[in-house]
Amino acid sequence: MINILLNTSAVIISISIFVGLYRVVKGPSMPDRVIALDMIGINLISLVAVVSLILETTAFLEVVLLLGILAFIGTVAFAKFIEKGVVIERKRD
Amino acid sequence: MSVNEISSWIVGIIVLIGAILSLVSAVGLVRLPDIYTRSHAATKAATLSVMLVLLGTFLFFAVIEDLVSARILLGIVFVFITAPVGGHLISRAAYHSGVSLWDRSTQDQLHAKKKKHGSS
Repeated sequence: MINILLNTSAVIISISIFVGLYRVVKGPSMPDRVIALDMIGINLISLVAVVSLILETTAFLEVVLLLGILAFIGTVAFAKFIEKGVVIERKRD
Repeated sequence: MSVNEISSWIVGIIVLIGAILSLVSAVGLVRLPDIYTRSHAATKAATLSVMLVLLGTFLFFAVIEDLVSARILLGIVFVFITAPVGGHLISRAAYHSGVSLWDRSTQDQLHAKKKKHGSS
């Protein structure tokens, strides 16, 4: 019974990833796509957690933390690129 | 019902609530009119959904497998801190790069402030 609940959750999270993919393709401006990619990364975290629940293994729990860090760094880098045009600024001298 | 059965029911229901919240956030991402309302939907609901799913995972491994996983707790704290910061940064970048608001929105206080200071 709990397996039915977990499989339903995995399917629902996959559907929401696909819906976010629609926004990535269609989004009228660049920050729209970045927000949708950020949401896809966050949903990937929960999908990995649900898969590790279904398989009953603790081997994927590092992936959760790693995906969180990578999604945040990617979003910050894209935001800085959109706002200022560069990601890493040069030192003025 | 044994303790394991009850706790696995609770875990399943928490994870299902998290998944439904993620679907709600995705629907908001498609249906809302401009980027600021979209970031409102995507940031808050997705953060709460991933926190619920990770909480369910933590409870499952803590009760059934008898393993308190600090990695999941760290993941919950990290997502809770960084996801709103990411949403703020990308909305700010959108405003400063000139993405317009919804044409029926009435308040734009940042625009008046930027015009008064006259720079950038």
